[in-house]
Amino acid sequence: MTKLICIVCPKGCHLQVDVGDTIVVTGHACNRGVEYGKNELKNPVRVITSTVRIENAIYRRIPVKTASPIPKPLIRKAMLLLDKISLAAPVEVGQIVVEDICGTGIPFVASRSMERVEKAEG
Amino acid sequence: MDKYSIIIVGGGPAGLAAAYGAWKSEKFRESDKILIIERDKELGGILNQCIHNGFGLHYFKEELTGPEYAERFVRMLEDSPIEIMTDTMVLEITRESEGIKVCTIGKNVGYTNLYADTIVLSMGCRERTRGAIGISGTRPAGVFTAGTAQRYVNIEGYMPGRRVVVLGSGDIGLIMARRMTLEGAKVLACVELMPFSSGLTRNIVQCLHDYDIPLYLSHTITEIRGEKRVEQVVMSRVDENRRPIAGSEVVFDCDTLLLSVGLIPENELSKTANIELDMRTGGPVVSESMETSSSGIFACGNVLHVHDLVDFVSQEGERAGISAISYVHEISQGREKSDIFKLINGANVSYTVPQRMDMARISNNTTVFFRVNRVFAQSRISVTSGGVEIVSYKRTHMLPAEMERILLPKKILERANGDITISCTEETR
Amino acid sequence: MEFDLAIVGCGVVGAACAYELSKYNLKIVVLERENDVAASGATKSNSAVIHAGFDPPTDTLMAKLNVAGSQIAQNLLVELDVAHKKCGALVLAFTEEDEITLRNLYDRGTKNGTQGLKILDRLQTLSLEPNLNPALRAALHAPTSMIVSPWEYTLALAEVAVQNGATILLEHEVLDIKQKGGVFEINTPKTKITANYILNAGGLFADKIHNMVASPSYEITPDKGEYFLLDRNKGETLKHTIFQCPNQHGKGVLVSPTVHGNIIVGPSSNDPPKGLFDVSHTAAALERVAKTAKLSVPDLDFYSNIRNFAGNRAKTNRGDFIIEAAADVPKFVDCGGIVSPGLSAAPAIAIMAAELLQEAGLRLEHRAKFNGSRKAILFKELSDAEKNAAISQDKSYAHIICRCETITEGDILWALRSPVPPRSLDAVKRRVSAGFGRCQGGFCSPRVLEILTDYYGCSPTDILQDLAGTELLFHETKTGQEGDNMDRCSIIQKEE
Repeated sequence: MTKLICIVCPKGCHLQVDVGDTIVVTGHACNRGVEYGKNELKNPVRVITSTVRIENAIYRRIPVKTASPIPKPLIRKAMLLLDKISLAAPVEVGQIVVEDICGTGIPFVASRSMERVEKAEG
Repeated sequence: MDKYSIIIVGGGPAGLAAAYGAWKSEKFRESDKILIIERDKELGGILNQCIHNGFGLHYFKEELTGPEYAERFVRMLEDSPIEIMTDTMVLEITRESEGIKVCTIGKNVGYTNLYADTIVLSMGCRERTRGAIGISGTRPAGVFTAGTAQRYVNIEGYMPGRRVVVLGSGDIGLIMARRMTLEGAKVLACVELMPFSSGLTRNIVQCLHDYDIPLYLSHTITEIRGEKRVEQVVMSRVDENRRPIAGSEVVFDCDTLLLSVGLIPENELSKTANIELDMRTGGPVVSESMETSSSGIFACGNVLHVHDLVDFVSQEGERAGISAISYVHEISQGREKSDIFKLINGANVSYTVPQRMDMARISNNTTVFFRVNRVFAQSRISVTSGGVEIVSYKRTHMLPAEMERILLPKKILERANGDITISCTEETR
Repeated sequence: MEFDLAIVGCGVVGAACAYELSKYNLKIVVLERENDVAASGATKSNSAVIHAGFDPPTDTLMAKLNVAGSQIAQNLLVELDVAHKKCGALVLAFTEEDEITLRNLYDRGTKNGTQGLKILDRLQTLSLEPNLNPALRAALHAPTSMIVSPWEYTLALAEVAVQNGATILLEHEVLDIKQKGGVFEINTPKTKITANYILNAGGLFADKIHNMVASPSYEITPDKGEYFLLDRNKGETLKHTIFQCPNQHGKGVLVSPTVHGNIIVGPSSNDPPKGLFDVSHTAAALERVAKTAKLSVPDLDFYSNIRNFAGNRAKTNRGDFIIEAAADVPKFVDCGGIVSPGLSAAPAIAIMAAELLQEAGLRLEHRAKFNGSRKAILFKELSDAEKNAAISQDKSYAHIICRCETITEGDILWALRSPVPPRSLDAVKRRVSAGFGRCQGGFCSPRVLEILTDYYGCSPTDILQDLAGTELLFHETKTGQEGDNMDRCSIIQKEE
């Protein structure tokens, strides 16, 4: 039996996962908890958020996220992919920043829009 | 003189929702003028630097990052007639015969007074600092509040530390522990004074456990060392009275201390308007329509009380917006008198919002937020009036760190014959 | 570089001397070890009070120069447009013994030349200050006591000196001094400077500077004082600076409003630092301060504390200010051992030092055009009409940077264009109080940083929190540098 805390939503349910012939999850308040419990033992996944460089925008960084959760062991490699990327404004929310994170088929996408701004007066 | 129906002070999640709520309300008329005043370069408030995900599950039924959540709201207002002033700050709110006067300053408006029928206060909160918690030692560079560090990393793109200790297990601290780690810093510890975490449990898992960052409960930082930049911090265990235990000191070699030791509603402006504040929440005392003690001035979001989840900020904001626009049209017809019942903190309840019920104006379902003052397993929330229980609710667990919420239907509230008490007790099975 | 006079140190005494001597046709240099004036030592951290002069023993330099200095300051602060307030002081008596002390202080003050002293009874005192401990028996009222911003005072003196031809060299620590052919050769990490005369205002280092050229005549033992600074919304608690009766430890703990509207509480005493640079604060000393202060003002709200700080007093073994030419090097004049009331006495110390230099042979000829005035513009202190005028000329005045203290971008740019411009976040804070408020720079630091980087055309990593070495930001994110990634790999690899 493994005890887990569900991270799917802020509620933080205390799950119990029993592995026998099948994996049985208890303690969940919703079905997403069951899925989380199973995954967390087999193939734990996380959404990763970070930033990349951007030119001609209101700030010098634009936030990005993995479009869906990626396997935990890939977090480091995924982060390294972002180091050398530089976007130029305008960027639309959801725009793909890295097409395929380490063969998962999951992209990094921009998590906000940024308009192009010319350098402010003065 | 141009007069606004509503001036919303602060364009973060609370203010945006207030604007949306007012605009979408059935009471809204085309002649109503709504203005949002935002001190930053763009709308969205602190959400813009909260690039992690976890927002929106209640409100949008999907998981969003902070900037996405803000952008959704900004887009929802795109086709509205709502006016927006960014890079503009409100300095003072006072009541004049012409209406409520809002002294405003900004690059586009200059230094000017605006007038409104109603105000929605949505200024958010600020972080507690080192001075507020009084850590001894030197005063080197490298002591940051977690939110300031978050701005440096996420918005400016600069690292404020390499070897980091986080004091306080508030959500921003936990989120920053993970964020700094992902950007290449070493986070040595997260240190919490209380015997329980003050952040959401899931953040303990996905921000600390995932990265093997130890959490020290019932510990605090008792000394900062280093002349120029932080060189060391000293951690001590604390006893049940939260006093450091001599001999329990552990020294961390680090260059940075991040503080996540609480948020304080930002009510300097509310004070200029002589609004009654609640010592416990640090925010205005409000009725269930989010109206403060000053008629026509409403408040919502973290200026009112510190929320764990932006979704509830948005709900509260909408409620304040709807109430404000209703007020605009009610005063033109003369406002009806109403019974005001107080909400009283009963056993184990540290505060409630709202603090009052304006009985003639209660809606079909009134949300009451409150916090408990200790950890509960199986427990019962009891709502009483005049010594009689009018309704009760069950919970499997409650934590001081997690805001509780009950929905009081109008029918039930109407059973109250005076002040209403909310209390919590442990249920033994 | 050759100068007539080198002043060592740009705390309030060094700045006052530079100001005073810039009235004459002299080539003056001020050598400051730190990257800003008023940036360290006792000038940075003190009670911010210009004392009335009843406390120092009669016939000491302290007594004479305190009374003279605070009298000069009354007009000088106006001319220099430095934030100050003549709020008066009260010394409280709680016992019969204290009442005798009050009487003695009254007599001493009168002898020292302090104006307007008066002993008030309990009711008179409580009607002046209702928040005082009602157990008090009497108080000495000193109406000439003032509060001031010590940083702005120092800065203003330095600015006027620069405006009249003086040179201030920051980050010029004096490493050694040699006498060669009747002139001093002063070695600093950056340049070699020659000067005919030296005025030593080296604060905590004054004895070391002295000993570089002259035979030892005094020794400094630093003595730490620790303080609380309470939030501005507590500023209305008091109108006067409140003292308790002095004892063998000095003037004791004071509770006072500040010119910024805060309440200052402190200092601790008998609190030896671990070295000249040790300005750490300790729970034990602050607890003592809080306890003592509560005797004066029982309801003091220490939960509203926004900052603790500490400073070191340059105490010497000689008990009085040391203002004299070195016995064996007459062209070297000391201003040493300047403990409290040094801030009060500074302009009088400067005049005395100038006289000593003249006696040693320095020719003091009045400068034809001495410009002794300075105007400080702080947006929030302007009238509504002036505010509008300021904004119509310069839109940056409509951009609030520090929300707690209502400081605009225009205010910060004004400071950047001043004769002694700020280079660090704290230097901006000392000039225009951005970051001084209850959020302690949490909100404005990134914004002030941006203004500084734009103005100096440098990288954010070049901007310091305060003095040399107080690095704020280490490096950019997303640089893809190996070094950054090494740490990152080692942490996350564990999961694989």
